[in-house]
Amino acid sequence: MNGLIGFRTLLWKELLRFWKVSFQTVAAPVVTALLYLLIFSHVLDEHVQVYQSVRYTAFLIPGLVMMSVLQNAFANSSSSLIQSKVTGSLVFVLLPPISYLEFFLAYVIAAAIRGVAVGIGVLLVTVWFAPPGFEQPLWIFVFALLGGAIMGALGVVAGIWADKFDQLAAFQNFLILPLTMLSGVFYSIHSLPAFWQQVSQFNPVFYMIDGFRYGFFGVSDVSPLTSLAVVAGAFLAVSAFSLALLKRGYKLRN
Amino acid sequence: MGVAVSIQQLEKRFGKLTALAGVSLDIAEGEFFGLLGPNGAGKTTLISCLAGLARPDAGRLAVLGRDVVGEYREARRLLGVVPQELVFDPFFTVRETLRIQSGYFGLRDNDAWIDEILANLDLTDKADTNMRRLSGGMKRRVLVAQALVHKPPVIVLDEPTAGVDVELRQGLWQFVRRLNGEGHTIILTTHYLEEAEALCGRIAMLQKGRVVALDSTENLLREFSGHALTLRLAGGAALPESLVGLAVGQANGDWQLRLPDFSAVERVLASLREAGIAIEDMRLSPPDLEEAFVRVMQKGRSQ
Repeated sequence: MNGLIGFRTLLWKELLRFWKVSFQTVAAPVVTALLYLLIFSHVLDEHVQVYQSVRYTAFLIPGLVMMSVLQNAFANSSSSLIQSKVTGSLVFVLLPPISYLEFFLAYVIAAAIRGVAVGIGVLLVTVWFAPPGFEQPLWIFVFALLGGAIMGALGVVAGIWADKFDQLAAFQNFLILPLTMLSGVFYSIHSLPAFWQQVSQFNPVFYMIDGFRYGFFGVSDVSPLTSLAVVAGAFLAVSAFSLALLKRGYKLRN
Repeated sequence: MGVAVSIQQLEKRFGKLTALAGVSLDIAEGEFFGLLGPNGAGKTTLISCLAGLARPDAGRLAVLGRDVVGEYREARRLLGVVPQELVFDPFFTVRETLRIQSGYFGLRDNDAWIDEILANLDLTDKADTNMRRLSGGMKRRVLVAQALVHKPPVIVLDEPTAGVDVELRQGLWQFVRRLNGEGHTIILTTHYLEEAEALCGRIAMLQKGRVVALDSTENLLREFSGHALTLRLAGGAALPESLVGLAVGQANGDWQLRLPDFSAVERVLASLREAGIAIEDMRLSPPDLEEAFVRVMQKGRSQ
């Protein structure tokens, strides 16, 4: 018997879960991002220039793509877990011989794939407005994947912790949304007052978006290596915390 | 015959509540075993610990010799659990649900067996129906099917017939009996005591997290129940002195007697004849598990 079949099945199930309702899980966030782009670029394109030779609309596109990756990756693992906890169907995953590591990886990888799928969708519909360069494609890929994985892992933590949908909504509205909105999706932190520039540097999401944007323009607010180090560190920290909860069976096996 | 399930000194607490206070019991391979007890006695907690859904605070559990914590992969492959709650994943059809469940247990290309389970549970024509569209009884059958996808040698059914109609219940028992006949060990919890009496060879009764009775169904019936004799005596006569000790009640002019065994009927008739009392009406009922259950629970409470 192949030990990986259990893990692969769980991953496949998690992918099917969002794909079967892709209108809501992929198409809807793409439309939301498109609306952001239309409104912000219309209002700001002629008034704001962030980097030399980069139009505001072009600057905005990678930010919106990454924001969509992050928010949807979080939404995928957290809502899958809370739904199956509330309906009780999580028992079907807890009864089989699936290790906590396989459980974690399946949810996180599925979340990252959903995030990246939405990100590609957003890119495809927005890129026509102001094509950004694709200076460093590898950085684009690495940051999208790592960002999606971090938010997927954070979604696992939130999904395990929350007992009700409103607790999850609180997690989303009071933590995830401010972290992503205040991370430089819509602006360069150099345009902020000094104090808020300082504060932004403690927001790991800022590094995810800044590093991702570097891949498009070859310029960024901080060095992409710094961003990579922070993002990789954040991934390890969130994963370790999430795995520790799963290993203990916190709220799942009790 | 080996030991299918071994439970030793199992303890489980939820905060201040002690759900299991040192439960020990062994279930042999091939047994049809009943786990009975009132609500809150610890039956579902016991099953949760066995299935790895809850971590025991103390004690050991093993399925066919595999420790459910240390060797959880092997232990879980050997165990099929039908959960008590009517749960389902609304995203999938019946067949998808069963294929996914097979995959979780490391099985690919399991369709031949899935078809056989579907046929046995009368679900074949629902195979491509979304879980959401099934009736409660159908969903219950899918739960049974999900527990069987990996052909587990030990099957746990946690109140599988709660809220299920008579036809399905009978079909289900026929199927489970067949599985038992083929060598599967069956562990059943139910509130329908007549079901337990008809199906289980051995029964454990739980009360407040402890085993208060553990014996073959036959012995439990003999010890805690007995034949009940209902008598209506001509002219409303009183029972003769020698029979008063057997009486357990009197209602609407009928006397209820509990007999230790069938041969005591003879003694009752002789005493009545001697006293010159005629019998107007007489009914004899066999021992039943409900009475045994009530008496075990009363005994447990008074201890």
